[in-house]
Amino acid sequence: MPDQGQIATKRKFKLVGTRPVRPDGVDKVTGRARFGADMTAPGMLHALILRSPHAHARIKSIDTSRAERLPGVKAVVTRDDFALPERRDLVDICYNVMAREKALYDGHAVAAVAAVSKPVAREALRRIKVVYEILPHVTDVDEAMKPNAPILHKDMRTKGIDPKPSKASNVARQWEFGHGDVDRGFTEADIVVERTFKTAATHQGYIEPHACLASVGSDGQGDLWCCTQGHYMVRNACAGLLGMKVSQLRVTASEIGGGFGGKTTVFIEPVALALSRKAGRPVKLVMSRNEVFRATGPTASSSTDVKIGVKKNGQITAAKAVLRYQGGAFAGSPVQFGAMTAFACYDLKNVQTIGYDVVTNRPKQAAYRAPGAPLAAFAIESVIDELATKIRMDPLEFRLLNAAREGTKSSYGPTFGPIGLEATLEESKGHPHHLAPLGPNQGRGVACGFWFNFGGNTCVSLNIGEDGTVCLSVGNPDIGGSRASMCLMAAEELGVPYERVRTIIADTAALGYNEVTDGSRVTFAVGMATIKAAQAAKVKLCERAAKIWDISPEAVVWEDGHARPAGANAGTFKPMSLADIAAVAGSTGGPIAGHSEANADGAGVSFATHMVDVEVDPETGRVTVLRYTVFQDAGKAIHPSYVEGQFQGGAAQGVGWALNEEYIYGEDGRLQNAGFLDYRIPVASDLPFIDTVILEIPNPGHPYGVRGVGETSIVPPLAAIANAVSAAAGVRHTQLPMSPPRILKSIMEKRDGV
Amino acid sequence: MVKVVLWGSLKQAAGGKTELNLEAKNVRELLDRLVEQYPKLEGHLDQGVSVSIDGVLFRDAWFAPIKPDSEVYLLPRLAGG
Repeated sequence: MPDQGQIATKRKFKLVGTRPVRPDGVDKVTGRARFGADMTAPGMLHALILRSPHAHARIKSIDTSRAERLPGVKAVVTRDDFALPERRDLVDICYNVMAREKALYDGHAVAAVAAVSKPVAREALRRIKVVYEILPHVTDVDEAMKPNAPILHKDMRTKGIDPKPSKASNVARQWEFGHGDVDRGFTEADIVVERTFKTAATHQGYIEPHACLASVGSDGQGDLWCCTQGHYMVRNACAGLLGMKVSQLRVTASEIGGGFGGKTTVFIEPVALALSRKAGRPVKLVMSRNEVFRATGPTASSSTDVKIGVKKNGQITAAKAVLRYQGGAFAGSPVQFGAMTAFACYDLKNVQTIGYDVVTNRPKQAAYRAPGAPLAAFAIESVIDELATKIRMDPLEFRLLNAAREGTKSSYGPTFGPIGLEATLEESKGHPHHLAPLGPNQGRGVACGFWFNFGGNTCVSLNIGEDGTVCLSVGNPDIGGSRASMCLMAAEELGVPYERVRTIIADTAALGYNEVTDGSRVTFAVGMATIKAAQAAKVKLCERAAKIWDISPEAVVWEDGHARPAGANAGTFKPMSLADIAAVAGSTGGPIAGHSEANADGAGVSFATHMVDVEVDPETGRVTVLRYTVFQDAGKAIHPSYVEGQFQGGAAQGVGWALNEEYIYGEDGRLQNAGFLDYRIPVASDLPFIDTVILEIPNPGHPYGVRGVGETSIVPPLAAIANAVSAAAGVRHTQLPMSPPRILKSIMEKRDGV
Repeated sequence: MVKVVLWGSLKQAAGGKTELNLEAKNVRELLDRLVEQYPKLEGHLDQGVSVSIDGVLFRDAWFAPIKPDSEVYLLPRLAGG
């Protein structure tokens, strides 16, 4: 592979790295932008879903006859309308979209109706009679692993252990990573710290609930408009679940009011399509906030044991973690990513992580920014902090001493190339934040975090307009500023002003398959495709100029947005701008476009260090976040304002996760706080200005050096805040959220000497 | 021969080893050889894997080249948010 990182460091950009106005700004502040629930169609029906009120129950019968007889009801669907799909990866999704033999969690869909109005649909739901046999339930990860726990799936045998167990359990899979000999490493340690940590399940908290409009004609052709992070994924999943060919279904992504990983799967879309197919009319389905909490995908909750040994000089000799994540009612918690990332920030000779993927009677988890990593980092970085205190070493120096660097064998295996952890630590050491004094009841915490990032299948099309403007069609919903970044990269490559490029999100019929907007992949992978498409267009532009000048295409170069003769021997011709060539395109061979289709690999890993100051009120246990600084490697920041926004957003969501957010279940297994009044995400007044420092250690795998930035920023905050709160309160906190009652209890126990 | 390192919990399915030597010039050949020589791995590989070659992660890249001295790790399929 060419060393593009070196190219990137040497390249002088004209537009990349500037901060132009975002192209979607006017639409969003004027209300012109169309989100999922804004879609309408003539003759449209309204759909609602009936959901299980039980955490675990056998569905003995469903009688929809009274609902079907209600005037205005046009279609009712249940499990009988969804055949199990051939694709194995869709089977659990099928079970999750509509319950079959059992309802597996409070909120599990049981039936759905489409009617001429919402009130009629609501009345129809009341007329559906479901007979349940209530079964014992379990919602806690540690309880679910006990031998006498209620079993969710009678055929679940733990994978990853040999011999294969003969008895069913709630442990879907065991994972193991590491190298060296941890037992020997611990014997070499002077100090060993061993602790157990717990985190609550949290929701991504996107402001826009899931919404879609489905329309299936009598010819079997379907259209779907929805808010999603990946409309190609939606197309393929829905086609698989409904027995359609992918080309029969065209999916258009709406603007999206947040996703953060939670919109990387389907929930209501197949239901709306099934209703539309049955009713023969368009069907709109919009989730309520209550449904979003109960029936979409929050993240996992976890229980983790950590043991780290260190010499008095600060050298870590061994590190081990056992991670237990519950991911709801189906296999697939992100525990393997927790186990892989847990110790990725450190250069370790002896390291071992074991992960258990556990099922419980909760909604099937969905991805949430760097899935699995923040939970692990909370546990590991808390012990790192405690060890630094025990050996009387500055926590940043302790981390620097043991930091992963280029050439380090990572805790999950591969050897790191050029990486930026050390740079983020060095930058944080000299930052004014680190040197600022603290007052009474205040504490400072730091923590590091890691995420892989990846690329994936990507297809873009760049079309040159007759007036010299450029339209770029991409297939990834813009969840974090990708349209601005793509405009910048296309404009940079073509040498035209940013304002002359417009990027649109094309529907699934317009482009080849594009993977979901996830894995911090878009600026990297779609950016690379955009650059390649622009380069392909430049070749054609040069060919047209060569034709006009009647010289060889090899004698033409593209510089500063113009085709120019390559040298004196090529002749003396007046350079032609992109607009000049576009204006005569129709007479010189037809429209000019550039395309790129590739499976992008070479995404660079990313590291961050976070620093936070908090004050703990010893009378109430309330935490105030006073100051917060994010130091993160972006490879190359294409649009620095958006990069800063990603850093700030990760930190803000981390503040909520650390201090307040949690799924609270009652004894009956029902979710107690399915709304933003009782599930408290941070609001502006809860947060200080979040300062950011962008480090740029170019990724050799990208032409401009880009690394993904969207996920790493949520990995360190839980631990950084826990370390700050523990310092301020004078007691180590090992359970999230660190809500006021929990903190107050710990302070009182300390006072009372408990 | 290429040395490929498996993640720990695949050890039992690969005859008690986490380091295997195989003849493979690219990812597709690597995965084919693994299943041929260790059939118990098939169920794990079917669920999706990533392959790290000299520190670069590949998903679904059959023809990504592997040199005899490449560092190769088999890893779970990556997903993100």
